[in-house]
Amino acid sequence: MSAVQTPGVQTYSPREFHRQAHDALGNPQIRANFRKAMDGLMTKRRDSFGDWELETLRELGANIRLRALAKLPDLLEQLEANCEANGIRVHWAEDGDQACRIIREICDAHGARSVIKGKSMVSEEMHLNAHLEEAGIEALESDLGEYLVQLNEQTPSHIIMPAIHLNTDEISEIMHDKTGTERTRDVDYMTAAARAQLRERFMAADVGVSGVNFAVAETGTLCLVENEGNGRMTTTVPPVHVAVTGIEKVVEHLRDVPPLYALLTRSATGQHVTTYFNMISSPRKEGEHDGPKEVHLVLVDSGRSRIYQDDELLDTLRCIRCGACMNHCPVYTRVGGHTYGTTYPGPIGSILSPHLMGLEDTKDLPTASSLCGACGEVCPVKIPIPDLLVRLRRESVGEGRGNVPGAGVKRTRKEAAAWKGFQWLATHPSAWRAGTSVAGKLKALMPAKLGAWTDYRTAPKPAGTTLHALVKRHQANKTHEEER
Amino acid sequence: MTPVKLYPPKPEKVYFFGTCLVDLFYPEAGLDGIRLLEREGIEVLFPEDQTCCGQPAYTSGYQQEARAVAAAQLGLFPEPWPIVVPSGSCGGMMRTHYPQLFADTDLEEQANEVAGRVHELTEFLVHVCHLKLEDRGAPEKVAMHTSCSARREMGLAETGPALLAQLGKVELVEQARAAECCGFGGTFAVRHPEVSAAMVEDKTTAIAEAGAQRFVTSDCGCMMNIGGRFEQQKKPVKGEHIASYLWRRTS
Repeated sequence: MSAVQTPGVQTYSPREFHRQAHDALGNPQIRANFRKAMDGLMTKRRDSFGDWELETLRELGANIRLRALAKLPDLLEQLEANCEANGIRVHWAEDGDQACRIIREICDAHGARSVIKGKSMVSEEMHLNAHLEEAGIEALESDLGEYLVQLNEQTPSHIIMPAIHLNTDEISEIMHDKTGTERTRDVDYMTAAARAQLRERFMAADVGVSGVNFAVAETGTLCLVENEGNGRMTTTVPPVHVAVTGIEKVVEHLRDVPPLYALLTRSATGQHVTTYFNMISSPRKEGEHDGPKEVHLVLVDSGRSRIYQDDELLDTLRCIRCGACMNHCPVYTRVGGHTYGTTYPGPIGSILSPHLMGLEDTKDLPTASSLCGACGEVCPVKIPIPDLLVRLRRESVGEGRGNVPGAGVKRTRKEAAAWKGFQWLATHPSAWRAGTSVAGKLKALMPAKLGAWTDYRTAPKPAGTTLHALVKRHQANKTHEEER
Repeated sequence: MTPVKLYPPKPEKVYFFGTCLVDLFYPEAGLDGIRLLEREGIEVLFPEDQTCCGQPAYTSGYQQEARAVAAAQLGLFPEPWPIVVPSGSCGGMMRTHYPQLFADTDLEEQANEVAGRVHELTEFLVHVCHLKLEDRGAPEKVAMHTSCSARREMGLAETGPALLAQLGKVELVEQARAAECCGFGGTFAVRHPEVSAAMVEDKTTAIAEAGAQRFVTSDCGCMMNIGGRFEQQKKPVKGEHIASYLWRRTS
């Protein structure tokens, strides 16, 4: 899988991070939209936790996820068995292409021409819409943000709020252009219009495709967290429901869900609960009047089992996709989600995308962080994101364990030699102390574009006298005073 | 999150690890830190063979090189005295990352022992020295920029402001989004110069808008970044390491 590419859709590539960042930074509308939205989300998150014992809850959340991951192979088998017993058919996909084929085959088996979709980042990751369209099957997004992004021929810029890069005026313009609604700033009018447009499509859809937030192994239950009711419509109105998710979304017990749910909604949008919390345990049973006649679960690997085999990288799989790391990231806030050119932007994207797409394409992402630690501080399941960014930097320059596709892609003889030079100097104290001449040599250690520093700042000036020299003089003065 | 730390009683001696940025660019800040400690009756030992904590190589992914550099520092503190570092960033490297860097190596035990003795300067002045300050400077509005490493890695959001609060004539103003990164991030500033520039631009704007005449920080990387931006814009706001600021106003 290379860059995010869907025919006809505005494309971004992680290979173009620098250019895309340049464009975003120079776009006042993008800057303002993200700053305003992220400021709001940070405040809401903080207020929603209030005086909760946040650290205790995060610890609990982290442990639930760690326990699930420790037992992942067994839990997946248990999930499969319990889903099947409930009448949910389970499919396994090694990669996104296979998952797409499975879903298309389900559609074909029902002669489906129209698919309605609830929000699913995994389906974005595997470019399901493009795949279905190629097969002549129309796939329509029903999450309002996803709907707008699809109308505008874009990809989501945030994993929870896909259209967060758009403001009211831009949304009004898109809806006017694509659906013929009035130009307005009346949000209620636009929401009602979109609702009416989608309602018809729900009724006409042959298949509903949704994601999964938590797949409960002990009961074979699929939990879906949402606010708009589109998830419930997607999973109950069409005669066939296909849930698609990454293999890491499994939890062991039903009782594991409430703490994770409490963390998820507060971390994501600052909500105490969402408007809808769906628990899908089976297709329509005999004598029931509604619900899909068939329910399928597609479990997608796509590089996840490879991550799983490395005891450090494994922490990446704890993620419950709340988006708090991007909401709090000073880089994401300034460049927006599209700049990353990946399905998952921001800090979580920078530690996940290299596994999904390889370091060759994503090598600029692990360095696109000042390691300020804001992401790790807010992560509800305590993923050590900064440490994982450093680990991926090691992999990029060939000093990791080689467990990431494209490991070593960034290693250059020149840079490696510069760091060896740094090592030599810093382990030879008398050479280090050779005063200001050392300062001159150190400049060679900085990566190629040191000149960029001075485009925005004055150059740091070596002091001439080192602390070593000052301390020596200071101690001599003291001895002198004592002797007097 | 940093675990709750138990602080030792005020010791007779401490080691001072100056850091390479202080050594090369801001040596006065290092000396002022030493003077503050000495004024508290503490003998300051400055191991002459100290160079760099190894962080630049570590965060760039050059793990072996970082480990070699860090290993060269581990032997410099043979007596059980606390190690005081005038930087949250280098302090965080030594306290948090040395144990990770040397896990499962021959130096693991030594690295853990050294890491356990590392204190950032303002942390040491507040929690170990229980420093009392008498302000002799002129009235001034000052903003504190606590580095991300000090704030998040070492859990020290409060120690810098606590020291400044003792200066009677200093009005501590808080800039908007005080907890947000200034955009330095070591090699981040050179690898992603435009993003870094956007961050430092917002930081300088926030500090200026808070009405600060000066900003103080406990990390020279942030000072170089924020101060360099102010200087390039020819704005009058100056940066100063908190050690120098405290020493200057109280000596």
